[in-house]
Amino acid sequence: MKGSLVIIAFFVLGIVCALLHFIPMEIIHSELSFIILACLMFTVGFSLGNDTEILKKCRSLNPRVALLPFMTIFGTLAGCVVVSFFLPHRSLFDCLAVGSGFGYYSLSSIFITHLKGAELGTVALLANIMREILTLLSAPMLVKWFGKLAPISLGGATTMDTTLPIITRTSGQPFVIVSVFHGFIVDFSVPFLVTLFCYL
Amino acid sequence: MLKVVVIMLSGVAAGLLFRKHRMPWIQKIITVLIWLLLFSLGLEVGSDKRIIDGFFALGLEAFFLMIGGAVGSVVLAWLLWRWVSKERSVR
Repeated sequence: MKGSLVIIAFFVLGIVCALLHFIPMEIIHSELSFIILACLMFTVGFSLGNDTEILKKCRSLNPRVALLPFMTIFGTLAGCVVVSFFLPHRSLFDCLAVGSGFGYYSLSSIFITHLKGAELGTVALLANIMREILTLLSAPMLVKWFGKLAPISLGGATTMDTTLPIITRTSGQPFVIVSVFHGFIVDFSVPFLVTLFCYL
Repeated sequence: MLKVVVIMLSGVAAGLLFRKHRMPWIQKIITVLIWLLLFSLGLEVGSDKRIIDGFFALGLEAFFLMIGGAVGSVVLAWLLWRWVSKERSVR
């Protein structure tokens, strides 16, 4: 819980700094966040390679966890179908297109803006960035209440990069394999599902 | 995306090279980098006019769609987790 609050604080601090122009635009639009992500991924990799016990623990995982990406895809789409009943001005397929971003906001919003217009594209951008943020914030609680696979499923397409460090921290290091595999499959489903639902 | 995975794999290789020396302080570096990542994500969100302007007009709708998908995926992940854990305790 305390970990989540510190993370929220840093995120909010970033928003405030950008809104008040405390930090020059050139820095924000530079490769800064990618460099941080690259350092983070290298250190996460390093900590995994450094601990020889982790590989042994990975072998004890039940092979059925490989089904997780399909749980994520079906669960998300089913949830969007339910929500579409409460949004009468949006068609079922519009809602499904937004949901099929699975947190991959850059790609899904570009596709949807192009195929369906800027308004739905912005909804996709917001919904998917919220999903990524919610994963980062709620991962510790999700593990406690819904098991170690829940934060991976919520992370959607982001579980092989931005949300991977949080997942290794909360679900445990052996789940890094599940997380990368899950991110890989869901990531590749995004362009196909988003275009499919935009054309339906 | 794949670039990031390659970077992580090179980290794994570097970690294996140094496996004789345990480095528990690496976890602290990870924590600080996670904070920096969230800060930079905040910077990007705060400087994106489309996100800030769209938030008030379309934010609620986006939030409901996100929550719907989130609940659906977490419930299925929880069912899979229960199935997988039961299997393990039987053995």
